[in-house]
Amino acid sequence: MYVAVKGGERAIANAHAWLAEERRGDPAEPLLSVAQIREQMALAVNRVMAEGSLYDPDLAALAIRQARGDLIEAVFLIRAYRTTLPRLGSSVPVDTGAMAVDRRVSATFKDLPGGQVLGPTFDYTHRLLDFAEAAAMDPAPLGTPGPARVPHVTAILDRDGLIEPVAPDDTPAPDLTREPLELPASRALRLQALARGDEGFLLSLAYSTQRGYGRTHAFVGELRIGRVPVEMEIPELGFAIQIGEIELSECETVNQFKGSRTEPAQFTRGYGLVLGQSERKAIAVSLVDRALRWQELGEDDSGAPAQDAEFVLSHCDNIQATGFLEHIKLPHYVDFQAELELVRRLRQEANEAAS
Amino acid sequence: MSDYNFAYLDEQTKRMIRRAILKALAIPGYQVPFASREMPMPYGWGTGGVQLTAACLVPDDRLKVIDQGADDTTNAVSIRAFFQRTAGVAVTTATTQATVIQTRHRIPETPLTDGQILIYQVPIPEPLRFLEPRETETRRMHALEEYGLMHVKLYEDIARHGQIATSYAYPVKVEGRYVMDPSPIPKFDNPKLSDNPAIQLFGAGREQRIYALPPWTQVVSLDFDDHPFVASKADHACDLCGARDSYLDEVVTDDVGSRMFVCSDTDHCTTRRDAGHTGRLAEVAA
Repeated sequence: MYVAVKGGERAIANAHAWLAEERRGDPAEPLLSVAQIREQMALAVNRVMAEGSLYDPDLAALAIRQARGDLIEAVFLIRAYRTTLPRLGSSVPVDTGAMAVDRRVSATFKDLPGGQVLGPTFDYTHRLLDFAEAAAMDPAPLGTPGPARVPHVTAILDRDGLIEPVAPDDTPAPDLTREPLELPASRALRLQALARGDEGFLLSLAYSTQRGYGRTHAFVGELRIGRVPVEMEIPELGFAIQIGEIELSECETVNQFKGSRTEPAQFTRGYGLVLGQSERKAIAVSLVDRALRWQELGEDDSGAPAQDAEFVLSHCDNIQATGFLEHIKLPHYVDFQAELELVRRLRQEANEAAS
Repeated sequence: MSDYNFAYLDEQTKRMIRRAILKALAIPGYQVPFASREMPMPYGWGTGGVQLTAACLVPDDRLKVIDQGADDTTNAVSIRAFFQRTAGVAVTTATTQATVIQTRHRIPETPLTDGQILIYQVPIPEPLRFLEPRETETRRMHALEEYGLMHVKLYEDIARHGQIATSYAYPVKVEGRYVMDPSPIPKFDNPKLSDNPAIQLFGAGREQRIYALPPWTQVVSLDFDDHPFVASKADHACDLCGARDSYLDEVVTDDVGSRMFVCSDTDHCTTRRDAGHTGRLAEVAA
């Protein structure tokens, strides 16, 4: 009658074996190679790199395969690997002005130095399932123009004093993977947290600001995607050398600003920078960033979720969120037993009082 | 696992955690922020406890891991296997044999001794969290020793239910200063927190907090003079070993209302049965 809850070890081993079998799927179908995922699922790879905070397309592709395509699980694998890596130092700040852009659009100027470059975008595709794609036809090879260096749109506004100036800041960047997040958090730290935050959560928060919960009247001043060199100071050499190249998505929003007593009207800024090609997220981050700046800009707290730094920063990490959410499927016999006893006792006392 | 350091974490990280542990021991009940790492198991599954264990373990330790008092629940098995794999330490289910015990939701029935370390997994370290959701506020409340809100909550329980309706994670006050969440142990276990010869460490990975009770620390469960704290449990004896003084799990044995009660602490129950104690259903179960 009493079936002891023994055999956890064997149950776990069996579950892992079954998982491995399900992961592989029908063995008659060829195994996906890591390179195939890296090349053909590049946006999934980008998301895993961004939220995993580790720029390594091969590892991200491996994680996606191991996670059966569950991207949050893949992000988790990357984070758990990243955390074991030593931190050797920090790079020189990347210069997104020197970005070799594949895509660069501005919603505020019809044309501008450097031009509008659509790049590889879904924007003007018709979302019709392409049944020919099922036959996996290779597209005709394209002679892509070489990427060009283009100036920042906000620099154009800055020159005329139309947008709030941003003073260069040489404070070493904080690292929330090495220091606990303490509140209130600086803007640099907030942007860091948002850069690795969950895309879906940030998308919804940003959307809520558009619908009036912390409205900031954002225009996409510029969205650019491309590769930038990463340089690092080598103490033995005494100068910076290039150690690699990464792809980034950067969004700068131009937002309305009014109500300053001492300064003439100026636009304000929202900023989003994300690893890889993740433009939806870059835009979302810049909207949320701008909403979080209400205090600094002397705006009212309307009580909107996107204005609440503690709320946003405490809940944007999907690895923390999914872990805590899913832990409630672990056994809670002991606590439930305590509640059961309490409810029984309360009911008994109520019954006795009633009779 | 030669690709990883002893007990998984690198030495720099362990040093950072050990500093936080020392600070926590120096200020009993105070929540020390620490730069919690991502671990290879999910947040909410004991990452705080696992990091503490990793920082405490030395090669000749003997580790015991329990979840809900039992050594053989799946997550306990998984965490024990993790340290066997990454640290190669000896493991045991015997409370008396262990040097380090990682636990979720229970304190072992067998009294701990000098030299043992009990490591708790903590989901929400802040006892005031459900009264005030903001960390910036609750830290201020602790700093000012402003615990009136907690007493109001307990009073409201009495006004509504006739008693304090908190059965686990029952708040305590440490050495007359910090109000502390003892983690979701049943309040039955609360008295064991106080004057315990072992070191008690609490780790909350997701919330990035470590706190501690050094040996022989005074820990008092919050209550009122006219509604004193009572450490309650199911009013039965263990059906396997006959113990009347151990915390019990209720096991549903059929679909017409039959129940049996068994020790939640499997080591305690096994030890008693080996010593010849029997309960009501000992023979049927065997």
